Amino acid sequence: MKDEQHIVTHFKNMKQQPVVLQIKDLYKSFGNNHVLNGFNMILHKGENLVIMGKSGSGKSVMIKCLVGLMEADKGIITVMGNDITTLNQESLDILRADIGFLFQGSALYDSMTVRENLEFPLRRHTKKFDKDIDTEKLVVEALGNVGLADAIDLMPSELSGGMKRRVALARTLILKPKIILYDEPTSGLDPITAKEIIILMKDIQTKYNTSSLIITHDVDCARVISDRMILLIDGIDYAVGTYKELSASDDPKIKAFFKH
Amino acid sequence: MSSSCIMLVLTNIKTQLKSFLLEIGELSYFTSRFFKEAFKRPFEIKELLRQCYLMGNRSLLLVGVTGFIIGLVLTLQTRPTLIEFGAVSWMPSMVGISIVREIGPIITALVCAGKIGSGIGAELGSMRVTEQIDAMEVSGTNPFKYLVVTRVLATTLMLPLLVIIGDAIALYGSFLVENLKGNVSFTLFFNQVFNSLEFGDIIPATIKSFFFGFAIGIVGCFKGYYCKKGTAGVGKAANTAVVFTSLLLFIIDFIAVFVTDIFYDL
Ligand SMILES: Nc1ncnc2c1ncn2[C@@H]1O[C@H](COP(=O)(O)OP(=O)(O)O)[C@@H](O)[C@H]1O
Ligand SMILES: [Mg+2]
Repeated sequence: MKDEQHIVTHFKNMKQQPVVLQIKDLYKSFGNNHVLNGFNMILHKGENLVIMGKSGSGKSVMIKCLVGLMEADKGIITVMGNDITTLNQESLDILRADIGFLFQGSALYDSMTVRENLEFPLRRHTKKFDKDIDTEKLVVEALGNVGLADAIDLMPSELSGGMKRRVALARTLILKPKIILYDEPTSGLDPITAKEIIILMKDIQTKYNTSSLIITHDVDCARVISDRMILLIDGIDYAVGTYKELSASDDPKIKAFFKH
Repeated sequence: MSSSCIMLVLTNIKTQLKSFLLEIGELSYFTSRFFKEAFKRPFEIKELLRQCYLMGNRSLLLVGVTGFIIGLVLTLQTRPTLIEFGAVSWMPSMVGISIVREIGPIITALVCAGKIGSGIGAELGSMRVTEQIDAMEVSGTNPFKYLVVTRVLATTLMLPLLVIIGDAIALYGSFLVENLKGNVSFTLFFNQVFNSLEFGDIIPATIKSFFFGFAIGIVGCFKGYYCKKGTAGVGKAANTAVVFTSLLLFIIDFIAVFVTDIFYDL
């Protein structure tokens, strides 16, 4: 009971924080496949927002529209006050330096070593830092943050799934983003490794005070990390609330997510 | 019965032709994008050089072996006929012209389509499927410039080089046969080869090779860049890259010969 009280007040505090990400009435279809049919979302500063949905429900499509990797059919997407559909390439690139994106399958460049993977985002996004940044120091620091300092000269093919995810996380963190988007951070990992990744995500959140949007269909992950949740069902934001609120719901469509 | 069979074949051809033309359209759009992006800063020089090195390195042995065998076989097969006509002394000229003008470029290009073209298709395809291309884009690097422009430029620059090497090795193979069977000396053989070759043979062949290289790069990249999801998509990208390139190579060859012929008549 006390715990619930705490969450509710925490949630109320969040609402007073500025909005960093907003999606209004997002539509996206592929031919006759209507994936998103008016999806809405708001992410506040410092918040951990979890979006849950069945696989194939359009979670990845939504997050890709958010960073301009896919063009939405209709809808307004605002990232830190910028409408991303109206930005030119250069301003979009500058904005993207403040957004970290952890891809579903890690998406490490498999022709490059771990070091080169981490250096890659620094090639272009150097404007964010001083002219003469110490690349090596940044790489070592980022790898240290995820506990993989030894892996610096390995190739991605030599890493386990969990290590790959950590390196991908380090690559996302190296630009010190203000917002991090996680696309199924625990998918394809065993429960123990998944838990380690979740703990790492929480650490990062407290250390850098980032705002996070976490896409998942892992209920445990959602319970541990979420301040607030959105259920993506039938292409819309079907239900919004805290984990406690949603898991207590009587709606069968919502219940389906929480029963084990 | 047989008429319905013919109808079936005709409709099949029609759909295939339609998808082929559609593909040509999309490829043209992709090519125009290449020319738009290729001249814009920043130039990925380091990656271009790396690609040139990798492509040359990976296909050199294959090009060498095929060239050598073609040279041997061509000479062995034509020898009896030339002897019959008492024209075996023309062998170096004949082999020289046919290899430099036609066989060298097309065989090297076909070998490279199989080796380099399918490699590019599979590599970019798997990068697309595993979201590496998306990851590049969000980290501020234009993936079209970094992956496509560098690879297409690399094949365009490297193919003529590989053709020259392939030609040289094929001629050497031909010389070995002549030397063993007809006791022709190295100097005599190559003197005759170079005497019979004119700029009119070498220049069109070299220009043609640039186009071959461009076709290999652009089709491989096109197929990989727009690869469909799933591992089946990657295999298909690699496979169709080779098939489509080979077809395109013959079309380019035909056009090249046609144009060269017009210039000869002038
Ligand atoms: N590039 C694309 N072209 C066509 N259909 C796509 C594309 N990307 C995703 N889809 C379709 O959109 C739907 C949602 O996909 P996705 O967002 O990846 O699901 P998930 O919620 O599991 O991440 C799926 O039906 C998929 O087939
Ligand atoms: Mg997904």
